Amino acid sequence: MILDRATVFKLIFGLLLFAATASLSAVLDNYYLQVGTTLAMLCVLCWAWNLVGGYMGYPALSMISFFGVGAYADGIAQMQGLSIYAAWIAAALIGAIVALLLGLPLLRLKGHYFAVGTVASVEVLREVANNWDSLTGGAIGMNIPIQPGNPDLVGRFFFLSMLGLALGAFLITVVVDRSRFGFGLRCIRQNEQAASMVGINVFAYKVAAFVLSGAIGAAAGGIYASMVAFIEPKDAFNLIMTIEVPVMVMLGGMGTIFGPLIGGVFYVVLKEFVWAYFIDWHSGILGLIIVAVIYFLPAGVLGLSWKSMFNRWARSHRTNLSAKTIVRQVS
Amino acid sequence: MLGQYLVNGLLIGGLYACLAVGFSLVWGVLNIVNMLHGSMVVLGAYLCLYGVQELGLPLYLVVPVACVLLFLFGYAVQRGLLNRVVMQPILITLTLTFGLDLIVNNLILHVFTATPRSLVTNFGMLDFAGVRIPVARVGGMLVAVVLTLLLYWLLRHSKTGRAIIAVRMDRHAAALMGIRIPHIYALTFGIGALMAGAAGCALALIYPITPMMSGVFLGKAFVICVLGGLGSVPGAILGGIMLGIVEGLGTLTFGQQWATSVGFMMMMAVIVLFPTGLAGKKGYE
Repeated sequence: MILDRATVFKLIFGLLLFAATASLSAVLDNYYLQVGTTLAMLCVLCWAWNLVGGYMGYPALSMISFFGVGAYADGIAQMQGLSIYAAWIAAALIGAIVALLLGLPLLRLKGHYFAVGTVASVEVLREVANNWDSLTGGAIGMNIPIQPGNPDLVGRFFFLSMLGLALGAFLITVVVDRSRFGFGLRCIRQNEQAASMVGINVFAYKVAAFVLSGAIGAAAGGIYASMVAFIEPKDAFNLIMTIEVPVMVMLGGMGTIFGPLIGGVFYVVLKEFVWAYFIDWHSGILGLIIVAVIYFLPAGVLGLSWKSMFNRWARSHRTNLSAKTIVRQVS
Repeated sequence: MLGQYLVNGLLIGGLYACLAVGFSLVWGVLNIVNMLHGSMVVLGAYLCLYGVQELGLPLYLVVPVACVLLFLFGYAVQRGLLNRVVMQPILITLTLTFGLDLIVNNLILHVFTATPRSLVTNFGMLDFAGVRIPVARVGGMLVAVVLTLLLYWLLRHSKTGRAIIAVRMDRHAAALMGIRIPHIYALTFGIGALMAGAAGCALALIYPITPMMSGVFLGKAFVICVLGGLGSVPGAILGGIMLGIVEGLGTLTFGQQWATSVGFMMMMAVIVLFPTGLAGKKGYE
C-alpha cells in the first residue's frame, strides 16, 4: 500500500467528516436521522459499485441484487432467531457467496453482455423472491422483528450502524485505491489483455472485486431490512436503483475515493427537492438530470479540472486588470 | 392442451420477434442497449389507441401513421442526442437511453394516464382441430411477421439496407466508401423505433396496455435479442418464437407465475454458454 501525502490528507478529511456526522446524530431529530440513514446507505452502495464499475470499469447493473439478497438474508436470519448483529454478518456472507456464484459465469462476459447478464440476475432473483413463498413470503412481503425501544433511540442506532458501514466502505475504497489490488483493477479497466500479460491474474481480480462489492452491498441491504422491518420483492430488487447507483457515481466521479460520496449527496439532495416540488414529474425530471449529467459532467464533479478552471479565471482576471492599468496610464 | 399452448406460443412468438428485431438491430449496428425501446412500444400502442378511439380513424390508416411517427421520433432522437455520445463507453449510452426512457415514459403517463386501455376488437375465433385461435392474434402476428420479413429483405437488397450492414461490419471502412455514418445511425434507430411502434400497434389489438408495461416489453426484447444473437433479423425471429413457446411450456409445467423467470433463466444459460447467441456470428444480415 502506497500512502502519499494527498492520500493521507484525504483519509484524515474523510475521518473528520465521519466523526462530525456521527456527532451530529446527538442533535438531529428523527426526520433528519432518516434522511441521513438513507444517504449513508446510498453512499455505501455507491462505494461498493465504484469498486467494480469505477476502478475495474465493468458496467455492473447488479448492485441492487446484492442489496436485495442481503435484505432477505437478514430477514430470514432474524426469523430463525439470530441476533441482529449476527443477521447482518450473515447478510454480508450470503451476499459474498451470491456474488461469487454470479460472478464466476458473468465475469467471463464483456461489455453489453456483462451489463445485460447483471440486469438479468436482478430479474431472476426478484422472481425467485416473488415465487418462493415458503422462504420469502412471496409477493406479500416479509415482516422482520421491530427493534424495541423508543423511536429516537432506534433511529439513532440505525443511523450510526449505517454510518459505520459507510466508514467501512470508505476505508476499503482507500485501501483498494492505494494497493496493488486497486492498481490491478485499473489495469483491467485500461486494457484487460495487457493486464494479463504483465502477470495480473485478471479473472481472480475481477471475481475478488465483485465479491467485495457484493458483500458490502448485501450488508447495506441487511441493515436496511432491519430498519424498515418489512421487505417485499418490489422494494428489495428495485430496477430503478440499479441504474441510479451508477448515475450517482458518475455524477461524483468514477474510480475516485470521494466521487461516490459527492455524487450520492448531490443526487439525494436534488431528488428530495424534485420529490417535494414536482411529484407528478419526478421520474421525468430524474431522466433530465441523468441526460444533463452525461452531456455536461461526463467525468463527474471530481473529473472537472478545477485547477485549470481556476487558473483560467485568475489569468483572465489578471489580464483585465493589466488592461485597465494600461488604459489608465495611456489616458 | 399441449397443441393449444404450442399454437399460442407460436402466435405470441411472431409478435415477440417484431418487438425485438428493432432492439436487436440498434444493439448490433450502433452498439447501444436501447433502454428506450419498451417505452417506444408503449408509445406505438397508445398512438394506435388514440387514432382509433379518439379520432375514429380506421385501423389500416392509423397503424402506418403511428409507425411513421415513431420512425421520425427515433430518427430525431438518434440524430440530435445519441449520435453525440455513440462512441463513448457503453455505460454512458446505456444510462443516457435510460434517462430518455424516464422522460418519455413520464410524458406518456401524463398524457394518456395510467388507466389500462385496450382496443375492443371482436374478429371472432378460428377452431382448428380442437385448438382455438383468436383472429385478432393471427392478424397482429401477421402484421408483425410481414414487417419483420420485409425488413430482412430490405436489409439484404436495398442500397440503404446494405449500407446499414456495411456500417455494422466495419464503421471506418464504410465511412471511407462514402457512407454517411450519422445518417445511417439515425436511420437504423428510426427503423428500430418503427418496428417497436408496429409491435405496439399489434399488442394494442390483443392486450390492455398501460405505460407501466414498458419494462416488461424491454425485458422481453433483451431476452430475445440475447437468445438470437445481436443485430440478426433471423435470430430475432428464432428467439421470439422460442421465447413464446418456452413461456407457454413454462406456464404449463411450472404455473403462470414462473413464465417470465423461465425466459430469463434460459437467457442466462444462453448468455453463458453461447455468448454470440443461438444464431451465431453469421447472422450479420
